[in-house]
Amino acid sequence: MVRMSDLPENVQTALSNVECPDFDSNPWVSGPPLKERRVAIVSSAGLLCRGDRPFPFGAKEYRVIPGDTAASDLLMSHVSSNFDRTGYQQDLNVIFPIDRLAELAAERVIDSVADFHYSFMGATRPDLLEPKARELAGLLKEDQVNAVLLVPV
Amino acid sequence: MSGLAVYFEEEGLPTTLISLVRPQTEKVGPPRALWVPFELGRPLGAPDKPEFQRRVLMSCLELLEADSGPLIVDFPDDAPEAEDITGWACPINLAPPEDVADVETDLASALEAEVVQLAPWYDLGFRNRKRTSVGISGLDVDAIAPFVASFLGDNPAESPREDMERTEVLKLACDDLRAYCIEAATAQPGLASSKELANWYWGDTAAGKTVLAVKAACLASSDESLRYLGLFLVPRAQQHREVPAG
Repeated sequence: MVRMSDLPENVQTALSNVECPDFDSNPWVSGPPLKERRVAIVSSAGLLCRGDRPFPFGAKEYRVIPGDTAASDLLMSHVSSNFDRTGYQQDLNVIFPIDRLAELAAERVIDSVADFHYSFMGATRPDLLEPKARELAGLLKEDQVNAVLLVPV
Repeated sequence: MSGLAVYFEEEGLPTTLISLVRPQTEKVGPPRALWVPFELGRPLGAPDKPEFQRRVLMSCLELLEADSGPLIVDFPDDAPEAEDITGWACPINLAPPEDVADVETDLASALEAEVVQLAPWYDLGFRNRKRTSVGISGLDVDAIAPFVASFLGDNPAESPREDMERTEVLKLACDDLRAYCIEAATAQPGLASSKELANWYWGDTAAGKTVLAVKAACLASSDESLRYLGLFLVPRAQQHREVPAG
């Protein structure tokens, strides 16, 4: 069990000092009931398909993860050494819950799982990701996505 | 993550997110966030716990049906089996590279021997899990350790990839080396906490000691890109093990 107060002091300090711009807007987009939602995952874990170019330091771009990608074909490219990777090494779903989403779709709890998911490398300052995030929004809408599940690492 | 949520919503896409670092989420104020009291790197709580993962996921998705926001909801439960101490010990007997007289010669040799010792366990883990997280550097498994160890000396290897600088490859090769060792050590059944595994890797393996020494060498290098890279090689929680170069 780890909370902020359980972390070493230097880790707490570093997390507290992460640059975090202020956002003026409070957008709120409503949608249909959960059972009519088509869900895509957007991860900040630096996930990519084996063979894709790793994320460089300060990466502002994303990588595409087709929904039918096998867990064995996914790798992680993240500049930070400070988060646990052993959970992910044991079970991809602990950072990228693709199997859990598929189960919810099969049970009709949600409508469907998107054809494509995406990953950024979350060490980059959020405002530098804005252009690619807005571009990605268009792609998600083309895929009929009406619920984005954002998963950090 | 919270910033992405704001951009997506501004573009007309509903979002919900998992938050690990609550103060950051509070600052940005995304429309819908589920704060979870889990370790960094485990946003769904725990590996191989599908029922628990499902509860976390549903708690997050159900925020999509909230009437108004922004809202941050706290997930009520701790992650299962996340105790720091499970009594795990690495089942593989590794000869520790103690009393290393000459870091460049002895540590590289110890690392080479260790990679060979771990190989059958890495292979077993690969078979059992049907996947490996090793491979991001693009180097063959056998080439990872020699490449990393070359940075212990005065003549580090050039980039083995045409599309990447050697500093980038070094970071990824260090990640691959850690993944190789951890997957080997956890190939046999037995519960290990993330902290035990991290302490084993950074405290007891030649691989961990090599990366600590490579970091020291990077920080002492005349090459600015290596000095910068050095800052990213060792987790903050393990930095007490560092020793200066020379």
